[in-house]
Amino acid sequence: MKRNQIADNIFEYWINAPHVAKNGRAGQFVVIRIDEHGERIPLTISAIRGDDVRIVFMAVGKTTHQLAALEEGESIQDIAGPLGTPSEVKNWGRCAVIGGGVGIACLPILARELREAGNKVTGIIGARNEGLLLLEDELRDACDELVVCTDDGSKGHHGFPADILKEMVAAEALDAVWIIGPAIMMKITSFATLDTDIRTFVSLNPIMVDGTGMCGSCRVTIGGETKFACVDGPEFDAHQVDWDELMNRQRTYTGQEKESLERYHEHTCRCGEKK
Amino acid sequence: MNRRPAEERLLDFGEVATGLSEDSAVLEALRCMGCPKPLCVDGCPVSIDIPGFIKAIAEEDFRTAARIVKAENMLPAICGRVCPQEAQCQGTCILGKKGKPVRIGDLERFVADWERENGVEAPETAPATGKHVAVVGSGPAGITAASECLRAGHEVTIFESLHAAGGVLTYGIPAFRMPKDIVKFEIGQVLGLGAELKLNHIVGRSVAVDELLAYDAVFIGTGAGLPYFMGIPGENYSGVYSANEFLTRVNLMHAEKFPEFDTPIIRGSRVAVVGGGNVAMDAARVARRLGAKVYLIYRRREDDLPAREEEVENAVQEGVEFVCCANPTKILGGPEVQGIECNRMDMCELDESGRPIPRPCTGEGSIFTLDVDVVIEAIGQGPNPLLAGLIPDLKRGRRGNIEVDEDGRTSIPHVFAGGDIATGAATVIWAMGSAKKAAASINKMLAEN
Repeated sequence: MKRNQIADNIFEYWINAPHVAKNGRAGQFVVIRIDEHGERIPLTISAIRGDDVRIVFMAVGKTTHQLAALEEGESIQDIAGPLGTPSEVKNWGRCAVIGGGVGIACLPILARELREAGNKVTGIIGARNEGLLLLEDELRDACDELVVCTDDGSKGHHGFPADILKEMVAAEALDAVWIIGPAIMMKITSFATLDTDIRTFVSLNPIMVDGTGMCGSCRVTIGGETKFACVDGPEFDAHQVDWDELMNRQRTYTGQEKESLERYHEHTCRCGEKK
Repeated sequence: MNRRPAEERLLDFGEVATGLSEDSAVLEALRCMGCPKPLCVDGCPVSIDIPGFIKAIAEEDFRTAARIVKAENMLPAICGRVCPQEAQCQGTCILGKKGKPVRIGDLERFVADWERENGVEAPETAPATGKHVAVVGSGPAGITAASECLRAGHEVTIFESLHAAGGVLTYGIPAFRMPKDIVKFEIGQVLGLGAELKLNHIVGRSVAVDELLAYDAVFIGTGAGLPYFMGIPGENYSGVYSANEFLTRVNLMHAEKFPEFDTPIIRGSRVAVVGGGNVAMDAARVARRLGAKVYLIYRRREDDLPAREEEVENAVQEGVEFVCCANPTKILGGPEVQGIECNRMDMCELDESGRPIPRPCTGEGSIFTLDVDVVIEAIGQGPNPLLAGLIPDLKRGRRGNIEVDEDGRTSIPHVFAGGDIATGAATVIWAMGSAKKAAASINKMLAEN
């Protein structure tokens, strides 16, 4: 495993996983488990190079903090994948790929596949501030054009990717859009294409366990029907998603997640003292 | 079978049934009449020479007994624990006509446990054939098919999508019924015959369909892992689980040891389990061990419960409260579960299975609610759709199961299937029985080529 910190608290890991790299496509994800006590967490495939798969994550909970603490060359216990249905890549014409926060990391592989399929691809990336922006150079290369936004105006457009999307929609310059980021960002950004013919995909990130369609933890309501994000998705039509339900379900274990993280910090502090 | 007292077993996930001592096993074995045309063997899906192994136990030759059992069944400690013997070998035992049948299941378990403690003898395998068989899924079906193909001298690669082998034995059946070290041990025995096990490999994704079909033969044993939901309002509130999710969190991920293990679970103070099968009993008994008051809601009468009698008894002893003739209509609350609304059911005319058809009562008092904070739905599972749906020429039944003939052949000549993916959700032993047949077909085909 090779690691880099690429933004504030955000890391990219290249994991040697030939079984994932071989057939992995844009839109798919892996499930990883750090060690025997670990939980299984899903992470979207950000890029593939030879036998290596890149994942990008922000250290927020116990598992991602523990992952961030690994050193170059260390391994994780398990990586399963590729999982989920690949993105609907075809010649749409003009596409926008929009990333918010860590969601930006999902765009390079998608932008490349879309361009290979003959699309003109505009990348729009947004973060709270300049320090949280990631993969900008890589995306400039992967997309035909790239627009950078920050909430605080510290770099690029002062505002949200949704602003740029609205302009493009008004200019009738789009056929398909992917929006990937936190649920609330995906929900709000997707309003821009409501009542248009622009196909709008979002990549949902509910809580998962196995990631293979076996437990139903990741069930989401799409157009009034229950779907399993892990096998039926994770990409769905943005305008059919029951966002409130998704966000409620994402909060199911907030208490336990906090407890777990506090315990982890306490433990790592104590270990530090001993040294 | 002797069981640990309920108040003691509720405190841990240790095994409930305690097994036979050598003396009592020999005494029990001596009861067998050694019928010349043994009906018990007809009742066994994997055709173990039951009178043969029981005779060996009676003669205190446990080594021979183990050899006889394992000639037909490489997972005897597992089957001795989870087979519904009362409906199979013991159900047809001639002694059962007038009194109690021979406790064949307990004896099988005894032999397997004895061998595990006293050194295992590896079965003989045929010389290498150079043929390579792909086995998809490492549950009871996959492991059985693998062992049969390995013994015939073929090379075998087993693909498992999870991080641990065993399928339902690992993620589904709780440790108090199926200790995980025993699952590991018996699967280890099969792997020890030379199988290559590839964990975290999702066939159809990590391994493309054309790569799979390039093997000399393929056995698909992907099981019935797709949980059904009732489709009632409130089902996606936080705190509603499929039994699969609830059991997987505990059995595979050890959520009962959170935060020592990272996977969380909502323990609930009052839990409603919906369903009446073995999976429902497992979920209810796990929920009890996590400290909740547990209701088990079943739409027919207690007598109609499809779960094994022994499991129902265990659940009753452990304090699960049965709410029968009731069907959930709505989950209350939002975004967390606050209760479950049920309709009392009338038992009407009998259906084809001989059980009454439940119909909702109307009128006053027919609707009631239970105050619960977790709901677990254990109303059945469908075949795993992923792989079967990705192989274009593979013929599937209406429910998505893979269609097979009685020898386990699918619509593709060198592809075979067995277990729940072919038969629909059934028992461990039925999965093993159908896998054994399919493996025999594979071995026959490969011998002819």
